[in-house]
Amino acid sequence: MVEEFDTTKPIYIQIMEKINKKIVRNEWKAGDKLPSVREMAVQTGVNPNTIQRTYSELERMGIVETRRGQGTFVTENVEVIERLREQLKRDIVADFIRNMTELGFTMNDIIASLKDFSRGEDGEKQ
Amino acid sequence: MIEFEHVTKKYGNVIALDDVSISLEKGKIIGVLGANGSGKSTFLKLIAGLVFPTKGKVLVDGMEVTRNISSKVAYLSELDVYYDSFMVQDMLEFYASQFSDFRTEKAYDILEFMEIQPDKKLRQLSKGGRGRAKIAFTLAREAPILLMDEPLSGLDPMVRESIVKGLISFVDLERQTIVMTTHEIDEVEPLLDEAIFLRDGKVAERVRVDELRETSRDSVVNRLKKIYKGEERR
Repeated sequence: MVEEFDTTKPIYIQIMEKINKKIVRNEWKAGDKLPSVREMAVQTGVNPNTIQRTYSELERMGIVETRRGQGTFVTENVEVIERLREQLKRDIVADFIRNMTELGFTMNDIIASLKDFSRGEDGEKQ
Repeated sequence: MIEFEHVTKKYGNVIALDDVSISLEKGKIIGVLGANGSGKSTFLKLIAGLVFPTKGKVLVDGMEVTRNISSKVAYLSELDVYYDSFMVQDMLEFYASQFSDFRTEKAYDILEFMEIQPDKKLRQLSKGGRGRAKIAFTLAREAPILLMDEPLSGLDPMVRESIVKGLISFVDLERQTIVMTTHEIDEVEPLLDEAIFLRDGKVAERVRVDELRETSRDSVVNRLKKIYKGEERR
């Protein structure tokens, strides 16, 4: 199925984010080959020029590398992937804290609620 | 490269395009958007050499458009025109006989991708089937410019998706440019590099789709609605 996109963000960035998540989740592992630009374009229903831009941007960030005549691969540099993982974590936490602060919660409230939530989750599992 | 230099097109007293100057780059997928009667089809027909400017010039690769432009420009009409007895493969042969850049093998590949049987009669196909067959005939040409007038209109979502995917699979953006008109903007937006908004025969705005999202946090559909609402308030 053609993917749905958020209308307020460039599509090349949204595809970048999806690829980053796959790499961080280890669904696409270090050294794995990415789909070709054309394949990715067909899968997502997106202009091949847009996918090219996504790949170039990922390459600039060192997350993928293009080998001439062979295609595009996830970097084998595990440090880069680890940094990406940390970055995504920080982004999500920062987002969460900003949302909570906007609602008037203090840092202590936030930490307490996280502990509560975590205990609740454990409780459910038992 | 397609250039419009102060192009006005009138049909009798009706102005379809009004002093339009614009140039379109190679290797892009460009959407021409606007309400019914805004001049979209005329815009394409002028590039295809099917109608000629009342004033001004239309140039393709620096040459003024004449009827001979059909060797460089593939045009997909909004209409369904075919001989009653024709099978899909007859139409395919007809195209091959008319256009030296028509690639028969590619045409069969596209038909297969779109799940159209070549030995079916065109009139036996559903509307969606004919819509897909037409796309296959157009995409099988290695023409530098592909024009598509409402390629998705009146077709169900599955057929529209199959056309969008067929288009992505078989267009060669290193050599080809696509200019298409459509009302199915939501669906086509991820396909577009650029959008040209027409209103009352003029170019109301032209945007790069990624930039529009990046700088105005706006989608193409919203932008089009705003352009038309602006007019209502006047």
